Amino acid sequence: MDRLDARVLTISPSSPFRESVTTFGALAWSGFRRYATYRQATIAGSFTNVVFGFLRCYVLLAVAAAVAGGRPGGYDATQLATYVWVGQGLLSVVALWGWTELADRIRTGDVAADLLRPVPPVTSYLAADLGRAGHGMLTRFGPPLVVGLIFFPLYVPARWYTVPLFAVSVVLAVVASFACRFLVNATAYWLHDARGPIMLWMLSAGVLAGLYFPLRLLPDWLTVTLWVATPFPGLLQTPLDVLVERDGPALQVALVALQAVHCAVLLAVCAAVQRRAERKLVVQGG
Amino acid sequence: MAELRAYAALAGGQLRSVVSYRASFVVEMVTNLGSTALDVLTVLVLFSTTNAVAGFTLPEAILIAALSSCAFTLADFAVGNIDRLKTYVRAGTMDAVLVRPLSAMGQLLLMDLPFRKLLRLAVSASVLVVALVVNDLDWTPARVALLVVTPVAGAVFFGSIFVLSASLAFWWVDSGDLGSAFTYGGRDFTSYPVPVYSGWFRAVFAYALGFGFVAYQPALALLGRADPLGLPAWAGYVTPLVAVVAAAAAAAMWRAGIRQYRSTGS
Amino acid sequence: MSMIEMRGLRKDFTVRVKAGRLRREKRIVPAVDGVDLTVDGGEMIGYIGPNGAGKSTTLKMLTGILSPSAGTVSVCGLTPVPQRTRLALQIGVVFGQRSQLWWDLPLRESFALLRHIYRVPPAEHAARLTRCRSLLDLDGFLDTPVRQLSLGQRMRGELTAALLHGPRVLFLDEPTIGLDVVSKQAVRSFLAELGARGDVTLVLTTHDLADIERLCRRLVVIDHGRVVHDGTIDALHDRYGSRRRLVVDLESPLPDGFTLPGASVTAVEADRHRVSFALDTVSAGAAVAALMASAPVRDLSLVEPDIEDVVARLYTSVSGGP
Repeated sequence: MDRLDARVLTISPSSPFRESVTTFGALAWSGFRRYATYRQATIAGSFTNVVFGFLRCYVLLAVAAAVAGGRPGGYDATQLATYVWVGQGLLSVVALWGWTELADRIRTGDVAADLLRPVPPVTSYLAADLGRAGHGMLTRFGPPLVVGLIFFPLYVPARWYTVPLFAVSVVLAVVASFACRFLVNATAYWLHDARGPIMLWMLSAGVLAGLYFPLRLLPDWLTVTLWVATPFPGLLQTPLDVLVERDGPALQVALVALQAVHCAVLLAVCAAVQRRAERKLVVQGG
Repeated sequence: MAELRAYAALAGGQLRSVVSYRASFVVEMVTNLGSTALDVLTVLVLFSTTNAVAGFTLPEAILIAALSSCAFTLADFAVGNIDRLKTYVRAGTMDAVLVRPLSAMGQLLLMDLPFRKLLRLAVSASVLVVALVVNDLDWTPARVALLVVTPVAGAVFFGSIFVLSASLAFWWVDSGDLGSAFTYGGRDFTSYPVPVYSGWFRAVFAYALGFGFVAYQPALALLGRADPLGLPAWAGYVTPLVAVVAAAAAAAMWRAGIRQYRSTGS
Repeated sequence: MSMIEMRGLRKDFTVRVKAGRLRREKRIVPAVDGVDLTVDGGEMIGYIGPNGAGKSTTLKMLTGILSPSAGTVSVCGLTPVPQRTRLALQIGVVFGQRSQLWWDLPLRESFALLRHIYRVPPAEHAARLTRCRSLLDLDGFLDTPVRQLSLGQRMRGELTAALLHGPRVLFLDEPTIGLDVVSKQAVRSFLAELGARGDVTLVLTTHDLADIERLCRRLVVIDHGRVVHDGTIDALHDRYGSRRRLVVDLESPLPDGFTLPGASVTAVEADRHRVSFALDTVSAGAAVAALMASAPVRDLSLVEPDIEDVVARLYTSVSGGP
């Protein structure tokens, strides 16, 4: 795991920890700034999120109204509405789709420049992605939530620690989403053309993360398998389940812990893949 | 005739381009197939939680979803790529297209014809077949004609929506994925019975924009069911009319867009 | 016979300018501001100007991509925008920075596709292709996908693509931009030979003035949307008084008060050991003779007037400062 910290090779006698935090912060800020320039696209994107919010919310509420007891998958109507609207806001924070930067840089050969920097590539891409997510949180998270609040009764968390736990869960979701995208993009080191894996990822991520419908609607054995064996539910559904308090306190915390485990494993795999890729680049010259 | 051959040559060029990346092409084809299957699967998951949602059973819902899917996949294959207009405008492809002796729209569509989406047509057609089997339909000549016409008219309608939302890029290059609220959003809307929605949202999407006539109303006519929302039975047969209106609007918008492009060049 | 006619051609763009915090003001900017120009069949003209002067806008109006705000334009007797597809059969266009070719297909297939698009009879197509193949030396990469071509190879492909339907007018927007020296030479000689045959009218915009010097007898300079010079390169030199210069290295420093009749000193360098004279009225031979007679000359060189300097001076004089 030593390649994961943002240590900068430096001969300055001042605290190396502070140096790395500063570097990481600067990289994250650059990610933030980069997305802040697409103001109009942000507005257009929010509009689209809101339209899909209405679509998914009405469908799930109709299902809730039809199910005996009114709790499909264990959610009541306000929980479902919250699930949908907060989910629409989170979608652009975790950014399941649309990141092909690394694959593009590999294809064009620009990726070699990454190796010249004193920061490990996984770290610098992660920092930039956290900056992007921060921008998404400030600009894209709010609008669907506000629209949802205006048109539908939403769920108000009852436990005092739910919101902070949700925040932690969102950060873990962003990191896991980044790691998955990094791995999918990194296939370009070996395949030359990562379009296939990227499409496969886009296809599976939406449904397996619980965007189209809460995964709890699936049979139990499938739900549990997905949760434990794959990081997908941790990308979107876990934060949402945490926020709407779908489970008891113990399971609520356990789900976040599971996210953390997935994150650690994924980042370790990213670092290992990057090491292999660098060796390939150095030995074979790309 | 010569012009047709020119367009055919364009499509052929695109086919040879995509198969030059054979592995990617296969994967893209499979994932596209999967994505259509997933749309149907979502309907399946939601409707199998209970006997009927908003008064519609699973087989009825599958019929609606299948009609929607047939119309959408057909339109998406033929004109869906027009939503890349933003890229074309930004990269200057539009300029290159305008100095060639063929229609701009024809070139843009055929130059980038998404062969990877072909298998989707097969998926949605087979879902439609399944839907026709699991529903106990009372066949009349009018219903047979309706079954044939509906996917085509729906495709014209969706195609028009694609063109309309893509044309936005002529005025607003940074419109991002705004258009997909209506194209993919429209697909999602039409995949479910209209009574699932309510309020002004339903009024806007189903009636003002016309999405209610793509799959829901024709499905009611095929099933011989009265519309719980009170539209008369003939509403199931007006899809071609709605499609023609949408196509006219799309053509007008496209022309205005080209004019706008010519006056601003951006 | 005139091939291109522009009369009072204007193009205004509306730009929104920030005025204050939220307010935005519409402002109309004339990109092309009343251009009159006639180009005869077989002419080769260079159309130059600083960035944003209106070169590309003019070219887009000539090719039917943009419609004029005012004035008239006719190319091959056609009005570009309403008769776009008919005009397209008569003209060839090369955009230096955007491709007409199919990125993923071999060059050869792009050419075959263009034959269908322009509906060229096979025999004509084959004849033109054969000629381009030999002149532009395409054979080495005809079967390579365009995406794998070097920029120079691609540009040679673009030129061929623009000529396969036998256009009467060829528009070239920055055809040598970013090319290496060898490719630039290849493109220039090809265009020169094309121009020499006189059956194609050629309009060339460029930043590289060597293109113009090599290819175009007629030079049109545009700035702020207006034509500021229309004539030969020599006329440009005459008009802006650009002169040949004589640069002399001396054995000993130039004496004070030294004069050379008909020439003026423009620079004195290297401790007065190197002197540059501008040859105002005197011929180079006479100046050299006079110098040899009166000063200890070690070395000398004659510098031709540099068109870049002239044009730079021209731009600054019209724009009223750099």
